[in-house]
Amino acid sequence: MGLEEKLPSGVLLTTVEGLAGYFRKASFWPATFGLACCAIEMMEFGAPKYDSSRFGMEVFRASPRQADLMIVAGRVSQKMAPVLRQIYDQMPGPKYVLAMGVCASSGGMFNNYAIVQGVDHIVPVDMYLPGCPPRPEMLIDAVMKLHTKIQDTKLGAHRVAEIAADEKVALEAVPTTAMKGLLR
Amino acid sequence: MATLKEQLWDPIAGFGVTFRTMFKKPVTVQYPFEKRPTAPRFHGRHQLNRWPDGLEKCIGCELCAWACPADAIFVEGASNTEDERFSPGERYGRVYQINYLRCILCGLCIEACPTRALTMTNEYELADTSRESLIFEKSDLLAPLLPGMEQPPHPLRLGDDERDYYSGQAAARAVAEGSVAAGPGGEQ
Repeated sequence: MGLEEKLPSGVLLTTVEGLAGYFRKASFWPATFGLACCAIEMMEFGAPKYDSSRFGMEVFRASPRQADLMIVAGRVSQKMAPVLRQIYDQMPGPKYVLAMGVCASSGGMFNNYAIVQGVDHIVPVDMYLPGCPPRPEMLIDAVMKLHTKIQDTKLGAHRVAEIAADEKVALEAVPTTAMKGLLR
Repeated sequence: MATLKEQLWDPIAGFGVTFRTMFKKPVTVQYPFEKRPTAPRFHGRHQLNRWPDGLEKCIGCELCAWACPADAIFVEGASNTEDERFSPGERYGRVYQINYLRCILCGLCIEACPTRALTMTNEYELADTSRESLIFEKSDLLAPLLPGMEQPPHPLRLGDDERDYYSGQAAARAVAEGSVAAGPGGEQ
């Protein structure tokens, strides 16, 4: 992105990484992507009782260009899938996806041809949140876990190495078709 | 055209609501910092219960898997042998998996369970980063060993026959004698 991406890795970046991580997690703006009943719980997350502005997340951005996090709340139909992908592509990096509820995470009880069996078929998911729908506390908990992940995100050359390592792990992972039991 | 009363009074009345709210107590729940208990019968993560001597209650009948509307449960039963006993009866659940990315926490499995082996806890902080980690194995779901319990496999420790064992009289006697500590697992 800016200067911090071009700096060589070394002593300087460890502090900058921590600082950048802190700033990133402290103004973590979600994009609105409410699709079903989970969206009602997501709205409650933003409403006074579970006040998401305590974590600097009160602005649900209708414009993906201003958003860092996409909370996919609800079942994604096949028809909605390209729209979801486009919203994700329009978001500037670093961007994160939270699959809220079982339908977004794996298709949930809608194991049929109309529903995408998990948004990880379309976009990379950083946090899976089970529940049908998850209560706002569960969403806050997932966001907090995501915050720790963002705090640890690296910069510059470290980040490039991290991405390469993640890619390697993903390529070597067992394909879902070869998995047994519920992971089939 | 609005009347004079509407033009002058209505903004005051409107902002009056804003002003009054300043003196009300905030309703915000400070969730990650102070956790409020859920409703006592909240449907949270599952738990596989044990008999007072540590044997599993699950008999591997798969009724929970059949009742599940989301096909989130996978059970594979196996037979107990005299050398390796996991549950008091003939069968036990050898493989027990719950996919929390399918489970809708409806509780139909709990209703279906004939031995009360499967119940739900109030734990709800389940979010994780991968699909694999959200498939809970039997080891993740089994209730912790309470004092007096022993890790299966082991033979029936309480009661002379099965009737004595299941009715809980032997367990009650053992607690009274002090050889087994009483606890939540010591019911029934």
